[in-house]
Formats: sequence, structure tokens, C-alpha cells
Amino acid sequence: MIEVENLTKYYGSFPAIKNITFKVKRGEILGFLGPNGAGKTTTMRILAGFFPPTSGRAAVAGYDVFEKSLEVRKRVGYMPETVPLYKDMTVNEYLNFAATVKGVPSDEIEKKVDKVMGECGIKDVRNKLIGTLSKGYRQRVGIAQALVNDPEVLILDEPTIGLDPKQIIEIRELIKGLAGERTIILSTHILPEVSMVCSRVIIINEGELVAVDTPENLNKKLSGKSELRVEVAGDKEKVVESIRSIPGVVNVEEKEKRGENSYLYLVEAEKERDIRGELASKIVSSGFSLLELTPVGLSLEDIFIKLVTEEGEVVQ
Amino acid sequence: MRNFAAIFKKELRTYFTSPIAYVVMFIFLLLAGFFFYSGYAYFNLISFQAMRSAYAMAGVNVIDWVVRPLFGNISVFLMLIMPLLTMRLFSEEKKTGTIELLFTYPIHDSELLLGKYIACLTVFLVMLGATLVYPLMMATFGTLPWGPVLSGYLGLILLGASFIALGIFASSLTENQIVAAVLAFGVLLFFWVIGWAANFVPPKVGNVLTQISLLQHFDNFAKGIIDTKDIVYYLTLILFFLFLTLRSLESKKWRG
Repeated sequence: MIEVENLTKYYGSFPAIKNITFKVKRGEILGFLGPNGAGKTTTMRILAGFFPPTSGRAAVAGYDVFEKSLEVRKRVGYMPETVPLYKDMTVNEYLNFAATVKGVPSDEIEKKVDKVMGECGIKDVRNKLIGTLSKGYRQRVGIAQALVNDPEVLILDEPTIGLDPKQIIEIRELIKGLAGERTIILSTHILPEVSMVCSRVIIINEGELVAVDTPENLNKKLSGKSELRVEVAGDKEKVVESIRSIPGVVNVEEKEKRGENSYLYLVEAEKERDIRGELASKIVSSGFSLLELTPVGLSLEDIFIKLVTEEGEVVQ
Repeated sequence: MRNFAAIFKKELRTYFTSPIAYVVMFIFLLLAGFFFYSGYAYFNLISFQAMRSAYAMAGVNVIDWVVRPLFGNISVFLMLIMPLLTMRLFSEEKKTGTIELLFTYPIHDSELLLGKYIACLTVFLVMLGATLVYPLMMATFGTLPWGPVLSGYLGLILLGASFIALGIFASSLTENQIVAAVLAFGVLLFFWVIGWAANFVPPKVGNVLTQISLLQHFDNFAKGIIDTKDIVYYLTLILFFLFLTLRSLESKKWRG
């Protein structure tokens, strides 16, 4: 649905993005992850047809964003980060305007506008001036205008920024509900959002692609091995020795003293191996008491920090 | 065509839901009314005095004493207020960022530009239309040769249309409305006074300068002369600045 090849954009002599390549399949929700100034907005603006790239190629639904810009713009619904809207128009007027210029047939405009207002939950403010709406409602109007002509591709730049937690959840649900037929690209720097909403993640940093994968795979690939937090009461050396004897265990490390005779251990095991059952029965049968057993996975947050701080290591 | 109509409607709406159009029209009509009244009162005085001799009476007519000065005053006054109508057209969209959405909607730049241009022209025509009250009053209470009046209006329309074209270009260059207005003022004033230089430069150059001058061409219309040369001058000016605006919009996308 979306193909991006070696996309590069310079602002003057400053490269905003360098040689970005990725593909998005129909129906996917792609998350764009990166710190501020990483080039997320630039990439999205190019895909939305706002400006052409300096070099490289980007195509939406088979149309080049530069050469067939109008065709691309007909198929893309775009919401910029700042959600710029005409403050002196009412929600209804603005959506009617957006529907008209986006080529919705005249006799369907009313129906379509009504439908997106329902989807985005803004029916009750339809006759209010946009300038008087709260940030959350404005965000929804922004999504509504992107959706009004039923675009195949939806590009949302930081759709949940500046919202309160309840609104964030509502917007996320809304976006999830939109998936299926539509291809959605959204950018964010809130990490848990990506694992909650997206089926695939692209991480970019300083204009360069760092990783493309599903959130789960990223977790797996980066952790390399699985880790367990284990708290056991019993003689320290004997406990370590007995844990080490379990096949698959790579390393055991004492983390901290928890009680009179109990310690917290960090147990590293081979990646594909689940040793929890064996570990528990081993400890119990050796006469110690097992107080805690928790698997530790790298959170997306750790991955993100790891990826953007490590130089040149690209995981694909 | 649909896109043009949608943009046109939106722009017109913005003019009339904000105070801009009302304030500009109010001030314009107030001053135009004052010019008309004072011109007519003076004409009254002169014609009473001239009644004593048939010789003096020959030079006194309503076109030379009321209509022409009125059009002259309006033309200068338009130069001062038209930039106020045009300054927001693109600057405001850039400032608030709404241009980003407009540029990502499937609209041609030319549709966008014409929608805005014609909307502004409409506001101007409504404003100018209101001044038709003066000639109508003159025609009701006296005799008025309509020829020169109508040609004067044609001149004002062409003049205003060129001012708008220049103003919209200035507005496309910057995101600051004040800068857009000052730019438009500056260029308009320059085009106005450039004819004055004709008096002290070599005649050949002087002739060129006179021909470039905005108001020089207008004077013919006010006199009741419709010359193709003048019409072509204004149309060229309008097309030239609209063309520049299109280029300016395009370059924004390139520079990012």
C-alpha cells in the first residue's frame, strides 16, 4: 500500500531524514517511533503530499507522491501534529468544506459528515465554533476531517499528544476501530501506545531508520535471552548451585538481600527455553522455599532507549 | 470547479464572519461619502457663482467637478485599504498552519488561488457597489451623463482587481500579515509615484515610466475614455501577479 525507498529530505543543508526505506501492507497499523526531531513529521508530510522529498521515492497505493500528488492526496487522510483548523468555522461547516474539496459527491456529503461525526464522537459539538472546542475535541475534529472521504490510507501525526488519559484511551480505541480496511500510519513518542495500537513499528532516530518489526518481535530479538527474577529463602551458595544445575540456565546473579535468609536472584536462561517449571520444582525439591518467580522481558521502552543509543546497530 | 467554489465560499464566509470586511467597508464608505458630499457642495457653490456669466458656465459640469475628483479620491484611497483586505489571504493560513491541510487536500494551487482572489474581488465589488448610491442620487435630482460614470467604474474595478492581485502575491510571501500589508503598500505607492519621475528623466525613459504608472491609466477611465491600452495594462498586471503567486505557492513546497 505504501512503499518508501531511500527517502531523503534536506532542509537547506540539514538532513531531516536520510535513506529511509520501508513498506506498509494494506490494513496494517504502523507506528512511527522516535524522539523529538527524529524525522517522523517530515516522513509523514512527504507521504501526505505536503512537500516532495529531496531524493528517493515514495508511493501510496501505487501513485508516486510527487508525480501523481493529486491522486495520492485523494487517497490519504492526514492529520498534522498541531491539528490546524479554521477556528471561525463550526465543526459542521468545516467538515462539509473538507468533504467538498476531498471530492465526496454532493449528495453524499451530509451522510458522510454525519457518519464521521458519529465515529469520532463529535455530534454533540457539531454547531460549535472550532475555536471554542477543547484540545481533545479539536483532535477528534482533526481525525474526522482526515476520515471524511473514506481514505484508504490514514496518516496521523501524534494523534494523542496533549490529551488527558481518558481522552488518550478513547482516541486509541477510535484508531483501533478504524483499522481493517484502512492502512494507518501514526507517529508517537509514547512507547506503550505503540505496543497497544500498532501491528508494526518503525523506529527512527536522527533521520535514520533504526528498526522495523512487530512490537513482539522487537521484544524477542532484543532481549536475546530470557530473564527471571527469583526470590528464594535458603543458603545462598547452595541455592545458586542448584539453580545453575538446571539445563538451559546461562547465569545466576544475586541481586539483593530481601529477608533474614532470603535473596533475590536474577536468572538468565537461553532464549527459546521456558525453565520456570523446572526451576520451581528444583528449588522446592532441594528443600528451599520459593518466594517469587517473575519473568522479566525488555519493555519497548528499554528497546527504544537501547536502539537509539546504540550506534549503527540495525535490527531488521 | 467544485474546489474553486468551496474555497470561494469559505473565504467569503471568513470575510463576513470576522470584522474585517465590515470595518474596511465602513471606513471606505464613510470617506467616500465625505468626498462625495464635499465635492458636490463645492460644485453647488461654483455653479451659483458661474451662473452670472455664460462664459464661466461653459466650464462647469458635474463630471469634471464632482465625478472625476470623486473617482480620483477613491482610487488613492483604495490603494490604502486594499492591502488590508488582501493581507490575510495566505499569511493567516501559514501562520495558523491550516495551509498544511489545504496543501494535502486534493486541490490544485490554481483553484486555491482563484477561490481566494475572486472572494476578495467580490468583497471589493460589494463595497464599490454601495457607492453607486451617489450617481443614482445625482441622476435623480439632476441630469447625469452616465457614460463617464460607468467608464469610471470600469476603471475602478480594474484598478481594484490589480491591487488585489498584487496584495495576494505579497500575502503569499510571508506568514506575517503586517509584512504582507506593508509590502503591498510599498509596491502600490511605488507604482503610483513612478509616473512623477517622468518630469525629470529623459523623455524616452519618462514615457516608459508614465506607462507603468498605475494611476496614469486610471485617469483615462475617469475622463470617460475607454482605451484598449489601459484595459490591457490592468489585465496584464493582474495576470502577472497571479502568476507570481502561483510560483510562490509552488516554491513553498520545494523549500519545505
